[in-house]
Amino acid sequence: MSAPESTYVIEGSTGPWELVIGLEVHAQVVSKAKLFSGASAEYGAEPNSQVSFVDAAFPGMLPVINRECVAQAVRTGLGLKAEINLVSRFDRKNYFYADLPAGYQISQFAHPIVGKGVIEIELESGAIRPIGVTRLHLEQDAGKSMHDQHPSQSFIDLNRAGVALMEIVSEPDMRTPEEAGAYLRKLRTIMRYLGTCDGNMEEGSMRADVNVSVRKAGEPFRTRCEIKNVNSVRFVMQAIEAEARRQVEIWEAGGEVRQETRLYDPSRGETRSMRSKEDAHDYRYFPDPDLLPLVIEQEWVEELATHLPELPDAKKARFMSQYGLPAYDAGVLVMEQATADFYEAVARGRDGKIAANWMLGDFFAGLNRMGRGIEDSPVSAEGLGGLLDLLADATINGRIAKEVMEAMMETGETAAAIVEARGLRQVTDTGAIDGAVDQVLAANPDKLAEYKAGKEKLFGFFVGQVMKAMAGKGNPALVNEALKRKL
Amino acid sequence: MSSASAALDPAAVRRIARLARIRLADEDVAQLQSELGAILGWIEQLNEVDVSGVDPLASVGSATLTMREDVVTDGDQTEAVLANAPAHSGPFYTVPKVVE
Amino acid sequence: MTLEFTLATARDALRARRISARELTEAHLAAIDALEPELHAFITVTPEQALAQADAADAALGRGEGGPLTGLPVAIKDLFCTKGVRTTAASRILEPFVPPYESTVTANMLRDGAVFLGKTNLDEFAMGSSTTTSAFGATINPWQRRGANTQLVPGGSSGGSAAAVAAGMALASTGTDTGGSIRQPASFCGIVGMKPTYGRCSRFGVVAFASSLDQPGPFARTVEDTAILLGSMAGHDPKDSTSVNRPVPDYAAACRRGVRGLRIGIPREYHSDGMPAEIEALWTQGIAWLREAGAEIVDVSLPHTKYGLATYYIVAPAEASSNLARYDGVRFGLRVPANDLTDLYEETRAAGFGAEVRRRILIGTYVLSAGYYDAYYLKAQKVRALILRDFTDAFERVDALLTPTAPSAAFALGEKNDDPVQMYLNDVFTVPASIAGVPGISVPAGVDGDGLPLGLQVIGRHFDEETVFAVGSVLEQAAEFSAKPAIRMEAGR
Ligand SMILES: [Mg+2]
Ligand SMILES: [Zn+2]
Repeated sequence: MSAPESTYVIEGSTGPWELVIGLEVHAQVVSKAKLFSGASAEYGAEPNSQVSFVDAAFPGMLPVINRECVAQAVRTGLGLKAEINLVSRFDRKNYFYADLPAGYQISQFAHPIVGKGVIEIELESGAIRPIGVTRLHLEQDAGKSMHDQHPSQSFIDLNRAGVALMEIVSEPDMRTPEEAGAYLRKLRTIMRYLGTCDGNMEEGSMRADVNVSVRKAGEPFRTRCEIKNVNSVRFVMQAIEAEARRQVEIWEAGGEVRQETRLYDPSRGETRSMRSKEDAHDYRYFPDPDLLPLVIEQEWVEELATHLPELPDAKKARFMSQYGLPAYDAGVLVMEQATADFYEAVARGRDGKIAANWMLGDFFAGLNRMGRGIEDSPVSAEGLGGLLDLLADATINGRIAKEVMEAMMETGETAAAIVEARGLRQVTDTGAIDGAVDQVLAANPDKLAEYKAGKEKLFGFFVGQVMKAMAGKGNPALVNEALKRKL
Repeated sequence: MSSASAALDPAAVRRIARLARIRLADEDVAQLQSELGAILGWIEQLNEVDVSGVDPLASVGSATLTMREDVVTDGDQTEAVLANAPAHSGPFYTVPKVVE
Repeated sequence: MTLEFTLATARDALRARRISARELTEAHLAAIDALEPELHAFITVTPEQALAQADAADAALGRGEGGPLTGLPVAIKDLFCTKGVRTTAASRILEPFVPPYESTVTANMLRDGAVFLGKTNLDEFAMGSSTTTSAFGATINPWQRRGANTQLVPGGSSGGSAAAVAAGMALASTGTDTGGSIRQPASFCGIVGMKPTYGRCSRFGVVAFASSLDQPGPFARTVEDTAILLGSMAGHDPKDSTSVNRPVPDYAAACRRGVRGLRIGIPREYHSDGMPAEIEALWTQGIAWLREAGAEIVDVSLPHTKYGLATYYIVAPAEASSNLARYDGVRFGLRVPANDLTDLYEETRAAGFGAEVRRRILIGTYVLSAGYYDAYYLKAQKVRALILRDFTDAFERVDALLTPTAPSAAFALGEKNDDPVQMYLNDVFTVPASIAGVPGISVPAGVDGDGLPLGLQVIGRHFDEETVFAVGSVLEQAAEFSAKPAIRMEAGR
């Protein structure tokens, strides 16, 4: 599918405005230790308990790079179908801030480890759009400042200082909030498949800086603003819309949008200028003299590539061809690795389409109702498979299966046990079915008359009544057959 | 480069002092302007050197970076980390309140 | 007694139990007591620690154990972090700082049994060539001009370490050399100072000045002593990414190699117009000594020599401006209280840094700032590449280079304070080797008309400290340098 021209515009008094959106995502690398120190990178520890003297930039302390963090960046680059740069370099980005102990962040400015790549996003309409990835580089996270603990002081916790981040910069290729949302979700899915970032936006392990500008169709780019550290997909989409509207208002009032860093305030649904970042930016990047160039071997990259898991796009294509799934269903099933694995466990040796229908239908609905995820589902893949087997060999009918599924969710028991205990096997005894049919016809002489007078739609009514009389357990095909005979 | 030191006016001195987060007294500015101007003027002899085709050299160290294994070997020393702090509150460093 | 011993002879005396580590240490502590008011070579003296280490050394020696430095009293430049012992970098901003860790170099020396007498004075953050920019007052050179008592500078930045060894307050000491901070004070104080190849000694735990140039090294009164001490200081350190993983050779053995068959280069660009005749003459004498000892003398060219200083005064301040950003009053060191974070930073750093440090931070900030990076910093990096190439080319033809160490003998306190550039010119002969990262040694080779010591510098290939020691030893033997400083332990005190 080719990329359709976006139809999303902001209608201003001077006509429609187009949005130009680029994202810089900071993704926390999954690793045990920090990028340049041996302190733990784990989330949620006591304040300043995971701090080495390197992280706190004590005099004479020096950085030593963590191999696994480099490997994770390479894996992510491979997952984004990007160029891997065998020679990259660390630079210092100099600025003063209370949670930046050294007064500089070690980052990769001029020579990132990963170059151009691409992420294919799928839109509501089913359209697929490629979004360019400009680069991915490794850098240190800063510490955490808490401004609301004390009337006159900010509190500084350096546990996060020095944790490895991947900064993934997109091209300004997105034109709608929906595309930005789809990009973030897709990027998160890819990294979670790779095990390189857990994508947990609430814990801050994935944060987005959003660059937004607006323009009239066909114009070159206008001034952009950067909205810092937005921490959910929904807020990213809201922030884009709010910021775009603000810029349209400024332009249309004859003003000039000022390039600046802004914050999104979800409670007010608006962005505001960040006072702390108002100082002119002059980061004075230069190569970090404590670190030599990072040189990696092509063989190592290839070794990492061989061990990559099947990625969502490939898995989706396989699900479509192997199990005959429609694109939408396959897309939903591959969104999370755990869901895809669960699905394959259910589908193995069974009808893939039926398995998908059940998972996407009653099973997900049940999980939703219980507020559970696939990881803590009370029904295992094996359990769901057992239910589908009873359906397939006609032990139960579809309607009973729904009831059994509900019971399985509640009790955690197997489908077979529930069917046995509750006597839910479907009735295939034609004598019993004929009896039920006779009983229903006798009880509804007026409907019978209408039917005979040509109101054939009433057939469904009779099927329903017969099934009801049989407590839902009648074999639907046999019930139909018997009714047809007797009507 | 020759124009660069000429650009070192009092405003430039104040700008770099601000970037470096060093407070200057008014009387320091004029003196620094002349001292820094003299140093920069002297440095400009590098203009004579033809560096066309020369790759910049950041470090003379041996060619490549050695890497550490991903093992937690450090941390769990909150007291030592805070021991030299001129101010702290419980396990936190403290600074004057920052408004974002 | 303190000047009778070298590191090597004291080590032998200790092993033979002719003297105890405690006696040796007490003698040096007494020398410190006696001379410190006049010389101010130390920022912090640690007598209790020294005596405890000496007693431990005696116990070890008594058991027939002991490492290469066991029981030998040495002094440590106050730029090396020493666990539990205040480390200031001679700056107000670090005045209260007590490191909770040990630098790798000093840890190596402790492993080998050294006794630490204390922390020596330096130019603030090692920025200077005179040890007058220390926040804790200048160190005075133990040498004086014949017939005068004008106070002279010991050179810098490792002036405290050089003065302490020259005056007999320590058998040896550590320094760091970024543009000449070991070799120039060694020359001014009439002792030996050695700057190893960049990457030979770990920088872990050494307060950083300019990371791509800083290199720890030894001071002592003989070439062999510096070789012994370097053998202990050097070695691969996984905590320093720029430290090199190569075995440490037997440097002391290399001192006995001689120079027969070696090709020694004389870089013609080191002849400068203003060079004092005495220094030119000493250099010529040095050439003759090496030739007599069997070396072949070769005229070589290092065409970019004259740009070394300007390159250095871009690269070093640029790195320093970033390295010193961590002194912000938050986690350690001085804090000037303020109501807002920017005021806290600006007031703390204004109060904490002295004039020279402030100047260099501002220069460094400027040369990295938007619009000037290419013209200054990038240009300097390219010239740096050319300077390295000069050395690489020269070392294809020769095994070592011989030059004077400094363009003058020790000058008087306050003599060059008004003009920073005049002060910077002190390092004109030492800076190129720093920029190229090659090893260099300064050996006392003669005295000037005022009786002040002058050093000759030997520069070698990357990681060929052995040849540098070999050539240095031959110069040392030929020079038979025996002059003594005016202020020293043995001068009737
Ligand atoms: Mg950014
Ligand atoms: Zn970033």
